[in-house]
Amino acid sequence: MEDFIETFLNLDIARQASPILIQGLIQTLLLAAMTVPLGLGAGIILAVLSTRKNPWLRYPLMAFVDFFRAIPPLVLLIFLYAGLPFAGVDLGAWGAVALGFLLNTGAYYAEILRAGIESVPRGQPEAARALGLRPWQVWVFIVLPQAVRNVLPDLISNTLEVVKLTSIASVVALPELLFQARQAQSVTYNATPIMVAALAYFILLWPCVRLLSRLENKQIAGKR
Amino acid sequence: MTGWEKFAFSFLNPRVAAEYAPKIIEGLGLTILLAACIIATGLVAGLVLATIRALGIRPLNWLIIFTVDVFRALPPLVIIVLIYFGLPNAGIDFSGFGATWLALSLVLMAFAEEIYWAGICAVPAGQWEASRALGLRFLPTLFRIVLPQAIRIAIPPLVNRTIAITKGTALGSVVAVAEILGAAQSAMAFSGNPTPLTLGAIAYIILFLPVVFAGRWIETKFAWKR
Repeated sequence: MEDFIETFLNLDIARQASPILIQGLIQTLLLAAMTVPLGLGAGIILAVLSTRKNPWLRYPLMAFVDFFRAIPPLVLLIFLYAGLPFAGVDLGAWGAVALGFLLNTGAYYAEILRAGIESVPRGQPEAARALGLRPWQVWVFIVLPQAVRNVLPDLISNTLEVVKLTSIASVVALPELLFQARQAQSVTYNATPIMVAALAYFILLWPCVRLLSRLENKQIAGKR
Repeated sequence: MTGWEKFAFSFLNPRVAAEYAPKIIEGLGLTILLAACIIATGLVAGLVLATIRALGIRPLNWLIIFTVDVFRALPPLVIIVLIYFGLPNAGIDFSGFGATWLALSLVLMAFAEEIYWAGICAVPAGQWEASRALGLRFLPTLFRIVLPQAIRIAIPPLVNRTIAITKGTALGSVVAVAEILGAAQSAMAFSGNPTPLTLGAIAYIILFLPVVFAGRWIETKFAWKR
């Protein structure tokens, strides 16, 4: 037991590693603060466009969304970071992460929002149009608010996944929380920094997980 | 060379593709094996936890809920790194395959438990009461009346979650598992050409695109009636 505490919960090492872990945490929060709004914005645009009747717009967009949902985000990231430089396009770690996460999370948000938009009864936008609202007003004031409400648990769940996703940026040496923890671990030969990082993720995301399981249970119970 | 030729030489190079395609196909086999292992252990472990939770033993339920929350909140890569790079410091060694299998099984277990449990809660109380009134004991009621209905309710979200977690097998490349991405990366390093990465991406698309379609189909087929 003492050995276990020595290697996994060593306070001295935790203290030593805390400055770079905090730097890492800040990078993780920055990454999340960048990825969530960008992905959500892209998702709304993709979802709204893919409800258009025009098949030349609808099917390519569905293919785009399915493609980026089928490909694991790490594969996409490695492709952008290690593959593209061969074509003379060097995005750097931040660029590759930003673009990769945008494509991946945009596709997921789009799929969720599309389901939400389809769940809004036809009569709603029709009635809004009949009352004289302009098309953009119908989207912003009538359809999207109801769509978001209908798929709120899925949206929160995806946002949680996006924050967790930021950890894979460590693979391309972006100095976020997991990367810094790995660095600290390899310097100290002790697993405490990784445990501290795991604890930080847990403290950060636990409230979100709790909220989510309540919403999900309510949703499933309500549907029966 | 024109721009297109340069691009084709880098990303669609037939010579490199022919040389390393067998490696990528081996990687594809390993990805499928890893995914099958994770699905088997994760879904079963999740069902076991949900069943224990249905017994309603308070302290045990708190423990289950906490465990589930932990593995829902932690990024899978953090768990893999902790098992693969952390546990050896305590004298417990895992292979890359073992670490990825264990980590993703725990994650799938956590999500699956939540989904099964939501399914169990969604079975109307009248089903429990009627079954007990007909003289079935608690466990037969659970296994023969409630769980079959709960699992049916759980299928669509379970399929989607399983797909999402199975895509995490690519994380195995970080701990030296030669699955598709790992094989493609080492082939790229050997050949100095990113064509293997293109092959790897194609392999993932071939593997997961049908699954994405199937997930969407199952979602509409099993959709609850509103």
